[in-house]
Amino acid sequence: MMSIEEKSVMQLEQVKIREQDPKERNRNFNEVCLGYIEEEAIKEALRCIECGQCMKGCPVQINIPGFIHLIKEKKHEEAYKMIKETNSLPGVCGRVCPQETQCEILCPLGKKGQPVAIGKLERFVADHAIKTKVKENIKIKSNHIKIAVVGSGPAGLTCAGELAKKGYEVTIFESFHLSGGVLRYGIPEFRLPRKILDNEIDHIKHLGVKIINNVLIGKSLTLDDLKKDEFKAVFIAVGAGLPTFMNIPGENLNGVVSANEFLTRNNLMLAFSEESHTPIRAVSPVIVVGGGNVAMDSARSAKRLGAKEVIVVYRRTEKEMPARVEEVHHAMEEGIEFHFLTNPVEILGDDKGWIKEVKCIKMELGEPDESGRRRPVPIKDSEFTIKTNTLIMSIGQKPNPLISQSLPELETTKWGTIVANDDMMTSIEGVFAGGDIVTGAATVIAAMEMGRKAADGIEKWISKK
Amino acid sequence: MYKITSKEEIAPDVFKYSIHAPLAVKNAKPGQFVIIIPKPSGERLPLTIYNAGKEDVTIIFQKVGHSTEILASMEVGESMEAVLGPLGRAAEIKKLGKVVCIGGGVGTAVLYPEIKALKEAGNTVYSIIGAREKSLLILEKEVSEYSDKVFITTDDGSYGEKGFVTDPLKKILEEEEVNEVIAIGPVIMMKVVSELTKKYNVHTVVSLNPVMVDGTGMCGGCRVEIDGKTKFACVDGPEFDGHQVNFTELMNRNRQYDEHRGEKCHAVGTGKN
Repeated sequence: MMSIEEKSVMQLEQVKIREQDPKERNRNFNEVCLGYIEEEAIKEALRCIECGQCMKGCPVQINIPGFIHLIKEKKHEEAYKMIKETNSLPGVCGRVCPQETQCEILCPLGKKGQPVAIGKLERFVADHAIKTKVKENIKIKSNHIKIAVVGSGPAGLTCAGELAKKGYEVTIFESFHLSGGVLRYGIPEFRLPRKILDNEIDHIKHLGVKIINNVLIGKSLTLDDLKKDEFKAVFIAVGAGLPTFMNIPGENLNGVVSANEFLTRNNLMLAFSEESHTPIRAVSPVIVVGGGNVAMDSARSAKRLGAKEVIVVYRRTEKEMPARVEEVHHAMEEGIEFHFLTNPVEILGDDKGWIKEVKCIKMELGEPDESGRRRPVPIKDSEFTIKTNTLIMSIGQKPNPLISQSLPELETTKWGTIVANDDMMTSIEGVFAGGDIVTGAATVIAAMEMGRKAADGIEKWISKK
Repeated sequence: MYKITSKEEIAPDVFKYSIHAPLAVKNAKPGQFVIIIPKPSGERLPLTIYNAGKEDVTIIFQKVGHSTEILASMEVGESMEAVLGPLGRAAEIKKLGKVVCIGGGVGTAVLYPEIKALKEAGNTVYSIIGAREKSLLILEKEVSEYSDKVFITTDDGSYGEKGFVTDPLKKILEEEEVNEVIAIGPVIMMKVVSELTKKYNVHTVVSLNPVMVDGTGMCGGCRVEIDGKTKFACVDGPEFDGHQVNFTELMNRNRQYDEHRGEKCHAVGTGKN
């Protein structure tokens, strides 16, 4: 019999994960990745040599070798509980975390072959817990201290969950009628099924967290109202949901939408379903401007809504795309076209105000800019036009300004992000902030890390008082 | 939550609802709006607040498409899926002197709280309310209560003066000094009023109602061109200087999803249509 170590050395490649056929999936909104079955998960887990290098790359320090070891022993429920110690959204993170640049990149197996599929294993454990209806026995003694969390995205949910475990009475205020923030309105069903998200939110509610929907803090209730209502501390986690436009002529033509609008109509308002009353337009040819995950989500959603031709226009090359490699690869498989080194300069319309075509300019890569990526430079006289009926602007999101506008004494940066210290406290005593509202648009897991830090910071601050 | 506490059809296809929504009214001021989702699969409908009571929000709306039809079919005791508010910036209510307030159609409902607030702030208020025909004219009594003078116009002359709201406005502008005009109603009415007042150099405020989704500044669907710059009506408005609004663009943009009006809405892709 071979030892575990010997076996793992032999397997240079990951156990292949099953996916929906690209020709099939680009016409539905079901999840692309079908996940490992138990046998496959164990086989993949056995590749792991449990060195623990990967943990250095995990923003929430999941005990990765620990939970993988438990999978090997078929102790999936224990594996789930181990992940949950530091990560309250394993089903989400197993799907949307960029493991390839965080934990998996540090896996020594990746040097000769493929790293252990840590994300896919995390996802397996989370899905297995749903399937077997794992109930966590959590006994919490309330300390009767009320904390308000503004926003129910990854930072807000994490902070609320952590504080609830410490005994605080947490209320999350969410402006949408459904919870989850960007996980709900931004990430499509085919990457993160609603039932997975609902389940993880239910777990957080199970800890005693109360979520009040349809409340916009700064408008429905002010921070002063919260103070009067005896909330001892506030955590602002309102995200970066403000759409960016290019400020080129023709952007207000009919048929030009922000990725936020397009995705919100589809993901939050379920425009793709027959029952929904919310309309959406994805009339071919569809152009998506941008190279991030949001651009990929928009392009792939447009395709699924029935648009024959979907073209992503990106000003740099494939190599510089901020989107996850996996997402770009999936998009290509699904028939999305890519025009690299191309940048829109003007959108042209007809006499009724509808988009007709987009004028683009060819780019080339010049010297590296502050981000370290080579700066795209326009090539003189290289303009050309592409016919289009829908243009989805997906060039980034900015911090939501509503709260900062309602609190002039809150210190912000020139980019509109809120300034917070190491404990995530802002310039206002007792007011904490974290997630994209502090860093600008980043990852789900980074937001969760700040949610955790804020929970610790809030406890530290309250115990000092 | 969000129970309909009263319902009244104040004109054919024009409804007045009060809905229990304490958090939507707690900090509400004239000029602001709420977003209502009538039923679980419903659209987000932006509707300006007619009255903010202690715990109830009152709205007035016209049945114009599928979603407002669903809303109109709901009865007292039924609950909305969601009510979010107050959204947008409050109207600026100051003592200006003489203010002419112009309401067209259901726009009068949006205008009314401002008429009241302007009067209470010590202004002389002239109100002009117009409708297509007599049965569609709303809130005459309520408006009169807070107006020094009321002018009524109908397109067909079935009540008041035959003609448009701009007819009495022009007379007033010719004869008296006016400090501000507020016009709320169909886009075309606000456009025509703004063009007229520009000639007389009278500051004019309009309240815009573009297509929007979230109402909190996140989708950008409600972008309007104001003085050559793009603004979001949901957070920068809904009220703007009428002389700076690109009305042609606004009218175009409001047609974006028109193919869905009055029918079941679904995705429009080449695969489906």
